[in-house]
Amino acid sequence: MAKILMKGNEAIGAAAIKAGCNYFFGYPITPQNELPEYMSRELPKVNGCFLQAESEVAAINMVYGAAGAGARVMTSSSSPGMALKQEGISYIAGAELPCVIVNIVRGGPGLGGIQPAQSDYYQATRGGGNGDYRHVVYAPSTLQETVDLVMEAFDVADQYRMPVMIVGDGMTGQMMEPVEFKELKKRELPVKDWITDGTKGEREPNIINSLFIDPQELEDHVNDRLEAKYRIIEEKEVLYEEYNVEDADVVCIAYGTTSRIVKNAIAECEAEGLKVGLIRPITLWPFPHKVFDKITDKTKGLLTVEMSTGQMIDDVKIAIAGRKPVYFHGRTGGMIPNPNDIVNEIKKIAGGEK
Amino acid sequence: MQERVIMAGFGGQGVMSMGQLLTYAGMIEDKNVSWLPSYGPEMRGGTANCNVIVSSDPIGSPIITEATAAIVMNRPSLDKFEDDIVANGNLVINSSLINRKAEREDVNVYYVPANEIAVELGNSKVANMVMLGAYLELTKVVKTETIVEALKKVFGERKAHLLPLNEKALAKGAEAVR
Repeated sequence: MAKILMKGNEAIGAAAIKAGCNYFFGYPITPQNELPEYMSRELPKVNGCFLQAESEVAAINMVYGAAGAGARVMTSSSSPGMALKQEGISYIAGAELPCVIVNIVRGGPGLGGIQPAQSDYYQATRGGGNGDYRHVVYAPSTLQETVDLVMEAFDVADQYRMPVMIVGDGMTGQMMEPVEFKELKKRELPVKDWITDGTKGEREPNIINSLFIDPQELEDHVNDRLEAKYRIIEEKEVLYEEYNVEDADVVCIAYGTTSRIVKNAIAECEAEGLKVGLIRPITLWPFPHKVFDKITDKTKGLLTVEMSTGQMIDDVKIAIAGRKPVYFHGRTGGMIPNPNDIVNEIKKIAGGEK
Repeated sequence: MQERVIMAGFGGQGVMSMGQLLTYAGMIEDKNVSWLPSYGPEMRGGTANCNVIVSSDPIGSPIITEATAAIVMNRPSLDKFEDDIVANGNLVINSSLINRKAEREDVNVYYVPANEIAVELGNSKVANMVMLGAYLELTKVVKTETIVEALKKVFGERKAHLLPLNEKALAKGAEAVR
């Protein structure tokens, strides 16, 4: 299929519909409004349902309902709206329901601003909701990767019966790039025999629930069901991009659009003879810990670059386990890192100034 | 080859669609392209700008910090982006609405009375196409025919009658800097 020029938010919607998403529930917030707008226009054409809820809380609970009935369903929001959805996400994780959630991140805390940010890393990977739960988090850096991962996300959600989150930022949502909707490799998906679509008098009722009053029953649910599949996901679903990790003076770590800025900075350093590597996590959870084992003694230090005051750096420190110093460069509140500032930081680390 | 152009003006001057056209044309010519708009609460009547990158290599950051060219449609845009252009880059100024000269001496500056040319053509709305025509003549980033091909797709049948006017505007813009 030929490439089409699309805005990020619309490309996410198109990819979702292509992946069989039939239901969308949301509430408006900048900078992701083009996504629900697209769904409101396009979903009726495929006999789907778009519904603007009265709030983000209502929207995420509609997702719970639709997922429980076996539908492919999506919701989207931006940071403060995503904060409101956290209770619902915890319930969806607890009840083991598949869905796709999109966060087009803007500056915070509170209402914050409307410009791009990555300050929801903790919210996305640690969970803003209660309890022992995880969900897969994809952080694409180009629009092509975004549409590929949105389509994949629905399969991953169904395979593991869990919410899958796509994390972009204001730039991902607003920019235009050519995209191609490729047929992805199909996963073997389990039959949805657990859904509540009516017994028709032919089977015992299915029950969808996250309440377990007996503590032993709850511990078994968390360990045997949730934790067990999280371990499989950590083994099988890690995605990352690596570049010159084994031979670098400095290794940068960045995700999403920030990684693209870092790539510019790396090219500039290389032109001056420095060897700079890059680890770009594509899944923020599960985090690509193992690739950090490739970093050799030659490397002087790691530089984490984020559009936040430093959140992913915690995972970088866990992954490198004290073997190398980890430095940070970031802008926040909607400000975007400048490649020249990153170049200066890299040079300081390479030159032993840090 | 990598062309990084900032297009700026006030809301309604067609800055965003001028950028999208160039991006679209770059894609048709099988180049790597990206379009990044400014967005904010101040859209109506406020300033608008977009960053367009057309490149033979894959594009890193879609944000332009060192522009190879700037197309400025109004005075605040010139004030804001004049310093972002690399040495020997191109600066195309809409002299119909901008009453000062460029301060930079290390960039190639072109003054195009885009609104006057557009009015002569019978429609002030094609001032953006005049500016785009001038820019394409200077840089040859994409062929003018490809822009016309992109326009055809954007317009569809309903607005196809606007094509000749837009083509004329592109040609007049090119003429102004020749």
